[in-house]
Amino acid sequence: MNALHTLGAGLSLKAEHYAQALGCDTEHLWFEVHPENYMVGGPRLAWLERIGAGHPLSLHGVSLSLAAAAPPDPLHLQRLAALVQRLQPALVSEHLAWSTWRGHYHPDLLPFPRSSEALRRITDNIQRTQDALGRPIAVENPSHYLSLEGHDYAEAEFLAELVQHTGCGLLLDVNNVHVSAHNLGFSAEAYLDRFPAEAIVEIHLAGYSHDADSALLIDSHDAPVSEAVWALFQRLVGRIGPRPTLIERDDHLPGFDSLLAERDVAQAILSLSRRPA
Amino acid sequence: MNRTLAHFQDTFIQALYHGSATGVAAQPGFAVYRNTVFKGCVDALCDNFPSVERLVGRDWLADVAGRYARQYPPPDARLIAYGETFADYLAPFACANGLTYLADVARLDWLWLQAFCAEQAPALDVAELAGMTASDLARCTLQPRRSARWQWFAEHPVYTLWHHNRLAQPLPEHIAWHGEGVLLVGDVEGVGWQALTEGACAFLDACANGHDLDRASALALQAEPGLDFNALLGSLLGAQALAPLSLPR
Repeated sequence: MNALHTLGAGLSLKAEHYAQALGCDTEHLWFEVHPENYMVGGPRLAWLERIGAGHPLSLHGVSLSLAAAAPPDPLHLQRLAALVQRLQPALVSEHLAWSTWRGHYHPDLLPFPRSSEALRRITDNIQRTQDALGRPIAVENPSHYLSLEGHDYAEAEFLAELVQHTGCGLLLDVNNVHVSAHNLGFSAEAYLDRFPAEAIVEIHLAGYSHDADSALLIDSHDAPVSEAVWALFQRLVGRIGPRPTLIERDDHLPGFDSLLAERDVAQAILSLSRRPA
Repeated sequence: MNRTLAHFQDTFIQALYHGSATGVAAQPGFAVYRNTVFKGCVDALCDNFPSVERLVGRDWLADVAGRYARQYPPPDARLIAYGETFADYLAPFACANGLTYLADVARLDWLWLQAFCAEQAPALDVAELAGMTASDLARCTLQPRRSARWQWFAEHPVYTLWHHNRLAQPLPEHIAWHGEGVLLVGDVEGVGWQALTEGACAFLDACANGHDLDRASALALQAEPGLDFNALLGSLLGAQALAPLSLPR
């Protein structure tokens, strides 16, 4: 945890911004990437290594498929372990979701019933992952668009069980909470109050969009962080103290300076928050 | 494998790919997952085949990419490696629209990706050849570098079509409609490329197949009797297309 305390607010890193990221000397800044984009040779990895020499890195996976009824793909896990070994990132995280199933990758974070069976399976999958990487990972709460039957646990309770059984950390995505609360009709504040705060090793902030065909909000990462999410974030870190916080942006990418300015807002909020006594 | 969670996943995937509208698939939120999955695949294919997109437009390519994604979901999460069979899949759609060269342009985009994603490895330094006798040189094997890709396209001026589209340049007013070859070499700074003749492609094929320089040059001359072998070697060295020497033991 000590290394994590030096991380302030970070930015998701896109190839379009490699040059600016390389030249940026902002204090406490760190960068997060999807490891799947760097599991090949070539210039991308070389760029990332150069950027990693100046700023801490975080690997945020989208495809370990922890919530599948099967162990993570051994080859994928091997590639991830090699990348972790090579880059020595400050953080490694994944989602409470599935995406790879029966030899195919379906590029989304798919939902599942939080059953006792799923808890056993995901516990095993996290342990396998942590064993392969030789370090704990953080698990992120996903966005929800469906009301599923078969839940034995509330999400915060489910995540607390995973922390207890595996020693993993948690990545709290505040935008996902806001989007899910809207879509499924619960209180975002109440969810955040129940979330196992002591296990949070990273926070995500992002923008959302409105679905064209329904009243749903979409976790689209294509807009600035909304006022509602900033308010939830401020309330959260006011209560639990500062944690490494990332501005996620994947689409409708603005200039690096705009993203850095948004990141600076998060950094200012973190700097003003105090660690609980 | 646990049946209940596995059954949920199987049902979910079935509904995603085959359009079921029962159970959870009847909720409006299911379309969010369906759209995201296929948008992810289509975006990846459009990103991986940019010259094709520039030639036919986003809508046309996205339509074919969407059909492909429904039949052939990505085999793994490295989407930069998605689309290995896309050029072949594309061919009948392209030919039906009179674009007989399009599949070869797609093949060239795919070669670019392979060169881009290859593991970095050192290139042959011309100094390694200094002092070698003609006899030594003839017996040595030149291996193409791991990040080098080449191909001879016999039917169409694929290099010209690809090169201008890749750089978002207008095509020349006059294009001589004959076969063209290409060499692409990935390096830490990106991918470089140049046109290759038929004999040069045959030479690299022979080198990759383990023939020594004597045999490889003979095969190259067989494919292209007028080949200037010294100029070719200089060009390949300049492009850093060759791996360090592997001398006979």
